[in-house]
Amino acid sequence: MQFWIVQSLNSLAMGGLLFLLSAGFSLIFGLLRIPNLAHGALFMLGAYFGATLLASHMNFWLAALVSGLGVGLIGVVLEAVLLRRLAGNEQGQVLVTLGVAFIIADLCLLTWGGDPMPLGAPRALRPPVFIGGFAFPGYRLVVLGFALVCALLLWLLLERTRLGAMIRAGVDDREMARSVGIPVSRLFSAVFFLGAFLAGVGGVVGGPILSAYPGLDADMLPLALVVVILGGVGSLPGALVGSFIVGGIYNFGSALFPDFAYVVLFLPMVVVLVIKPTGLFGRVLR
Amino acid sequence: MVEALIIENIDSLYGDSHVLHGVNLTLREGALLALLGRNGAGKSTCLSTVMGWLRPRKGRVAVFGQTVSGLSPEAIVAKGVALVPQGRRVFPTLSVRENLVVAHRGRGAWHMERVFDTFPRLRERRSQAAGSLSGGEQQMLAIGRALMGNPRVLLMDEPSEGLAPQIVAEVGRIISSLRAEGLSIVLVEQNLNLALQLADDVAIINTGRVVFTGTAAEMAADHSAVDRHLGVF
Repeated sequence: MQFWIVQSLNSLAMGGLLFLLSAGFSLIFGLLRIPNLAHGALFMLGAYFGATLLASHMNFWLAALVSGLGVGLIGVVLEAVLLRRLAGNEQGQVLVTLGVAFIIADLCLLTWGGDPMPLGAPRALRPPVFIGGFAFPGYRLVVLGFALVCALLLWLLLERTRLGAMIRAGVDDREMARSVGIPVSRLFSAVFFLGAFLAGVGGVVGGPILSAYPGLDADMLPLALVVVILGGVGSLPGALVGSFIVGGIYNFGSALFPDFAYVVLFLPMVVVLVIKPTGLFGRVLR
Repeated sequence: MVEALIIENIDSLYGDSHVLHGVNLTLREGALLALLGRNGAGKSTCLSTVMGWLRPRKGRVAVFGQTVSGLSPEAIVAKGVALVPQGRRVFPTLSVRENLVVAHRGRGAWHMERVFDTFPRLRERRSQAAGSLSGGEQQMLAIGRALMGNPRVLLMDEPSEGLAPQIVAEVGRIISSLRAEGLSIVLVEQNLNLALQLADDVAIINTGRVVFTGTAAEMAADHSAVDRHLGVF
């Protein structure tokens, strides 16, 4: 019983983390029509920034914010300096993001070395929480709550503001969006900032669970990809539902069938691709 | 007098095929130019070129004397051009209201309330996703969305396509009232009766070339032009 409860909670916390990672990935995918293969590297960079800031005794949430802003800035530069020059050449853009992912990974190795760097959870959130006689790791509940608050704020931004409507219009039909005067290139910058910011924050908030280590980028990117393929490109509800599905599959898969963790993870993706290629919440983009 | 829109010796390529050859067209200020021709003749390509979706390989497009060819669609919109595209292309996941809000620019006569006054059906459905509207309602939304940009030149690509006759008549009345307000309009149409009823000037395009230009009255009188270039109308 304890096993199922703890694994379920771990799944939910992992789902929350995956949402922070993949919400931006999905929006960028929907608007720019390319998977940003550097997204895992941005998440890792956030984790390393966070580890460094925490080592200098910064407040945990402030460190998450500062790391997010730093990574967000890097995302904006990546979009403005590299991707914008390749406008219209989507294959070139994808390859550039892959190259950037390798460069960031190597720079991290150079800067922080090969040993994993732990990120301590805020002291007040470390003790386990007892509910109904079972001990829950308290910090994971916080991660889940934090991700849900972020989801709510993102939803408000996308559904209740003119900027959000413009982003959704760009996802629906980019050419038509430009033809009613929506400044799509500025939206690209905004969405890239937002996506990279969330990935950076996710790296820090996930740090106490995952820590910062070489290869974190390559571990996270496929998960984001599966989430977005399951949920549908450019869909925020899709990213949320997909994150919790993948979080569950990932946790229970690696606990129950450790030898088949990747099979368990990618099989549902293949099934969805065959049955509903646009994902659970997706649609055809123009 | 400055013309509302001049298309000057345009060659445009769409994919690998060469679809416009030295096209010249003029839209007079406050006039409605009907652009006719068979399917695939190059009418939509003309509009795509004006809107900046296609970069002409040679030639020039000017809006009220300012060259717009080579600019991005956003910049061309800022020069006062708006498009009602073929197939309507409303933003399906946005509500009716949002479709209008994202397209609003300038401080001209058009704002959301006026669009709703013009198309009361849209007001009723303002919170509904645009993708769930009927074809006629989507067409009205596409027109309303274009007007929200307070354009000086309105490009309309087959606004009657696939609509029931009474809706076509309603769309016709609206186009005619826009024309009466002094908006300069290019109307691409397959519906010859509608086009001739609304147009001041007519141009016929055939396989990427302009083969006839004249007033609507000249066109109506010249049956051979209609027969030769438009065939089975």
